[in-house]
Amino acid sequence: MRPSIRLCSSLYRPCLHTRPAIHAQGQSRAVATHTYNHHASALSVLPSNVDKSSNDFTENARQMGEVMARMERLHQKIEGGGPVKAREKHLARGKMLARDRVTALTDAGSPFLELSSLAGHEMYGGDEVPAGGIITGVGTVQGVSCMIVANDSTVKGGTYYPITVKKHLRAQAIAQENRLPCIYLVDSGGANLPHQADVFPDRDHFGRIFYNQARMSSLGIPQISVVMGPCTAGGAYVPAMSDESIIVENQGTIFLAGPPLVKAATGEIVAPEDLGGGKLHSSISGVTDYLAVDDAHALVLARRSISNLNWPRAEKPVATFAEPLYDPEELAGIVGTNLRKPIPAHEIIARIVDGSEFAEFKKDYGTTLVTGFARIYGHQVGILANNGILFSESSLKGAHFIQLCTQRNIPLIFLQNISGFMVGADAEKGGIAKNGAKLVTAVACADVPKFTVVVGASAGAGNYGMCGRAYSPRFLWMWPNAKIGVMGSQQLSSVMEAVGKTVDPELKDRIERESDAAFSSARLWDDGIIPPAHTRRVLGLGLKAAMGSEESMSGQRENSRYGVFRM
Amino acid sequence: MSLRWSVRNPSLLGFSSSHATLWTRKHSSVPTTHTTIPSQPLTSILIANRGEIALRVGKTASQYGIKTTTIYTDPDARSQHALSSPFAINLGHPSAYLDGDKIIKTAKQQGCIGIHPGYGFLSENSAFARKCTDAGLVFIGPPWQAMEAMGNKSRSKEIMTEAGVPCIPGYHGSNQDPEFLKLEASKIGFPVLLKAVKGGGGKGMRIAMTESVFDEQLKSAKSEAMSSFGDDIMLVEKYITTPRHIEVQIFADKHGNCVALGERDCSIQRRHQKILEESPAPNLDESVRQDIWEKARAAALAVGYEGAGTVEFIFDNETGEFFFMEMNTRLQVEHPVTEMVTGEDLVRWQIIVAEGGKLPLTQSEVEARIATRGHAIEARIYAENPDMNFVPDSGYLIHMQTPPISDTVRIDAGFAAGDEVSAHYDPMIAKLIANGPSRTIAIQKLHAALEQYEIAGLVTNVEFLKRVCKNATFLAGDVETGFISKQKEDLFAEIPIAPELYAQAALGSFYLSAAASQDNQASSPIPQSGFISTSQNRSFTFIPKRNDGKSEVAETMVHLKKLDTGLFDITIEGITYHSVASSWDSTSRTVTSFFPHTRLETRLIEHDDSLTLFQQGEQYRLQFATPKWLEKALGIKDTAHSVLAPMPCKILRVEAKAGDRVKKDQVLVVIESMKMETVIRSPQDGVISRVVHQQGDLCKAGTALVEFEDVGDDK
Repeated sequence: MRPSIRLCSSLYRPCLHTRPAIHAQGQSRAVATHTYNHHASALSVLPSNVDKSSNDFTENARQMGEVMARMERLHQKIEGGGPVKAREKHLARGKMLARDRVTALTDAGSPFLELSSLAGHEMYGGDEVPAGGIITGVGTVQGVSCMIVANDSTVKGGTYYPITVKKHLRAQAIAQENRLPCIYLVDSGGANLPHQADVFPDRDHFGRIFYNQARMSSLGIPQISVVMGPCTAGGAYVPAMSDESIIVENQGTIFLAGPPLVKAATGEIVAPEDLGGGKLHSSISGVTDYLAVDDAHALVLARRSISNLNWPRAEKPVATFAEPLYDPEELAGIVGTNLRKPIPAHEIIARIVDGSEFAEFKKDYGTTLVTGFARIYGHQVGILANNGILFSESSLKGAHFIQLCTQRNIPLIFLQNISGFMVGADAEKGGIAKNGAKLVTAVACADVPKFTVVVGASAGAGNYGMCGRAYSPRFLWMWPNAKIGVMGSQQLSSVMEAVGKTVDPELKDRIERESDAAFSSARLWDDGIIPPAHTRRVLGLGLKAAMGSEESMSGQRENSRYGVFRM
Repeated sequence: MSLRWSVRNPSLLGFSSSHATLWTRKHSSVPTTHTTIPSQPLTSILIANRGEIALRVGKTASQYGIKTTTIYTDPDARSQHALSSPFAINLGHPSAYLDGDKIIKTAKQQGCIGIHPGYGFLSENSAFARKCTDAGLVFIGPPWQAMEAMGNKSRSKEIMTEAGVPCIPGYHGSNQDPEFLKLEASKIGFPVLLKAVKGGGGKGMRIAMTESVFDEQLKSAKSEAMSSFGDDIMLVEKYITTPRHIEVQIFADKHGNCVALGERDCSIQRRHQKILEESPAPNLDESVRQDIWEKARAAALAVGYEGAGTVEFIFDNETGEFFFMEMNTRLQVEHPVTEMVTGEDLVRWQIIVAEGGKLPLTQSEVEARIATRGHAIEARIYAENPDMNFVPDSGYLIHMQTPPISDTVRIDAGFAAGDEVSAHYDPMIAKLIANGPSRTIAIQKLHAALEQYEIAGLVTNVEFLKRVCKNATFLAGDVETGFISKQKEDLFAEIPIAPELYAQAALGSFYLSAAASQDNQASSPIPQSGFISTSQNRSFTFIPKRNDGKSEVAETMVHLKKLDTGLFDITIEGITYHSVASSWDSTSRTVTSFFPHTRLETRLIEHDDSLTLFQQGEQYRLQFATPKWLEKALGIKDTAHSVLAPMPCKILRVEAKAGDRVKKDQVLVVIESMKMETVIRSPQDGVISRVVHQQGDLCKAGTALVEFEDVGDDK
């Protein structure tokens, strides 16, 4: 790998030597100089100036290591699911744990892009709801990228906390945007009754799940359910609203009211299996289509259903690609956790893109925003990465670049580390509000798939200009060191003081805590915290999920009503 | 592609370069000034045979520019021998290799001058040889009169006794009265051997250890002889308890020359059929050797023999005596052993003799050759199951990889990978021959070559042959025809499977499954990402596949934890191998894994619900454990309630019917496979609920023949 860098830097030397030679022969230049492909692409190879032995690097790596260790511990705990007792009980019934169900459902060796594992973390006081009691993610089933939604019944009986609903809906939104067939592995006691006010009534509450199922089905996005546990009351509509449903006998049940409610309502005494068991629904009511003897059988049937979707495998064969030239594990030492230190955008890009090749656009203009073209696992992308505060020039450059990409149907990747747009008299004179608005407009209206990774700070209007959650990126991920908030805790306290309010002494700490990535991720302000070294992989998986829908979208999209404005 | 014998492209047919050099050198010594007796050059021949011998003959023929016509039957249309020549004639019915008239007619139509009969089929049919001669065709073999004389076992013994060749005491007369035969047996002294006069290959042959079992054995031998050869005339002979089978390859020409090309020891036999043949015979006194050669030549000269022949003797290991058994008037299966130790091409010799030429070497020249060429041994690779008394198997050679061939390692095969070993014909897949300066080295080379002989798709005797090659008694040269039964404990000892093999099987299954689901999409090898890693844990359960039909084997579960692309933690029954770096090569179907302590390369062949693995020269067969849900979903019943066919077979008779109450060991069905009758007995007392197959049905191995009523049923 290193030699190609050396070649790159020595590129100029032969040129310098050759030119005088031509003149020495006294000939005027009458032929085109041939450029070898290797030399042409060497032009785009990003150099790296990382000194791994420097104090900065080791200190950064140490700090990031601490944060990473905390994240690993947290995820490991969440990975286990519910309490040991609940897990043992679950296994004793011959059921598979939710994550094992996902593994059995997906293709061997295929990666599973899990979403928001930290959902619900420290949100309900003493109530622990690991992963929000529901596992969601994009997995490959019979070669088809699918959205998988699996209740974890070891967590509070699989009941829906408000965050569970939010996570379920977010998964459906991703499925709809990216046209991913949905597979619901249902094993849930329905709405969590004590939280019913935050689960049931509103637009984006429980009912929205079935609304989404109906809408997606109408859009031709397949909805498949596997009933592996109870589906009571509203929950009954998950299989009932699906295109195809599978049920496990003597395990899955579907009924609008369970035996206790029935008894209370009509006095009828009936056993669960007779009221809504697999045999009943597969042979009498017709609510389900396939009867399975156990989880493994049911998942094989689900795989078979997916193989019969006649789902277009539109994905073009990906061209061969090269891994980045530099070790992505070095990102820890490059970035650290102190967001007051600048993060070199080029070093991050060099560890994400194929062959560390980056065709930089407007390299020397508006340099606080880095823009350019690259490929990730062979997919072409346009990258916008913060390299300082957004000025008018950088905003205009960003808007210009986004227009270029939407014109060309190139997905956009935002690497966000922004404290905001420039403030002050000069900036206002220069029309920062107007120019910033251009960037925000471009981001809002860009219909190509957008992906955002918060690698550092995400503050103020910078969040908007760099495709924050409100700007509907297909996926948004955070690094463990990232912080999100309207402004830094220190600044916020100062502002409060300045406007004459008495500042709660706890405020600064609270803002600090609320800006933390884990706090954000628990509330689903993002789709998950990722190890910085996995950024390339995660973006690759996200692109793969998104690009399937792009095939059917291309040509339909109204790119822009104007030509590209030079800004 | 080391199977030069079975190449599909006829233009490639011929000797490998190594053979070509060897054999050309040999034949540079062929005298060119032999007196020509009225003869015609054999410019075009028909090979009236199939499989490896047809290819073997065709090879020599094409080496000398002789045009060959091959014949085949409907099931053999795509077999290697049929494809080996552009002149290939379909005779139709599977049994047509025995249709002499049709073959002669075909030879005439094709303008052939001679017919080479190979071995088996019509090779020892004197009537056919006669018809060839009458039709003006050269029968590449002895004169029909000599064949007739040797074909009749009683007559041949009379001739031999006259010529001073020792014969085994016995009665070879025409009186077939059972009481008379029993009297003769008593005169000879028990134990005695009962043998069909027209018999061969162990069929129609029984041993009566005492007088009391004589009648029963005679009846059984007669019925088998009748069904196999259409003749049940029996002879009675002294039975030698520790016999060796030693035979002498002889060659005679039309000029009165006869040479013995050394002897072969073919004592390692199962079901009275040879599986390992070697030359020279081990532990044989030189004076006995010279004597046995002399007697063999005398035998051939006594019947005016011409061409290739084998005089078989039974050698009494206890007394050192030997007795004439029979003479095979053809080229033998095991002729390559002799070719190895003499450096001669015996098919070429047959052609020379048939053309009227003189034998290329004299007896002393042959002996000089043998003195310098060491030892040769041949292993016959069969589609058969040693663990079930060597019953034949049939099916497709889903995978076949052969060892590299050289001057000293030779493969004669009639099949290529992908071919079907049909139940219609002999299940021999190939012959593997190794030559070395000493017996020990020859066996060592044979063993090494067997280790590289990979066959999957059907059960073979390759693993068994390897065990014989490692058996101390065999290595010491203490051979006898009872070797296999006496060494049973060593040869059939069960060897436990190492956990690493299971690990490799699990890795391979993982890769195969991953490859299968990625077939239709551009595989983007993006590794698992994020903080959560459990989504890549899978367990695989295997059951060692036993060939002895017993199913009481424990399942072994392997737990694979994928850490990263090509990196796994593997746990098997409490043993964990950490960070095993593993990769899969889809072309060679090989898993290469670096365990903490060793590197292993394992080839995996997936076939239905089982895996055949080749690792470090050993073959392993595993079955994927059927998950409980599948049994339940498919409603599979416990197989204890049914009797399964042990091999591919045809139902000869059904001796029970639905509703019958049968006792354990009562005869239920009689099946036939490879022309051998097998009686299927009841494994238990019980009531038959259904007879699944009726007389005449063809069944695959493992199909239910008879089902019992479920005893546990309340009904």
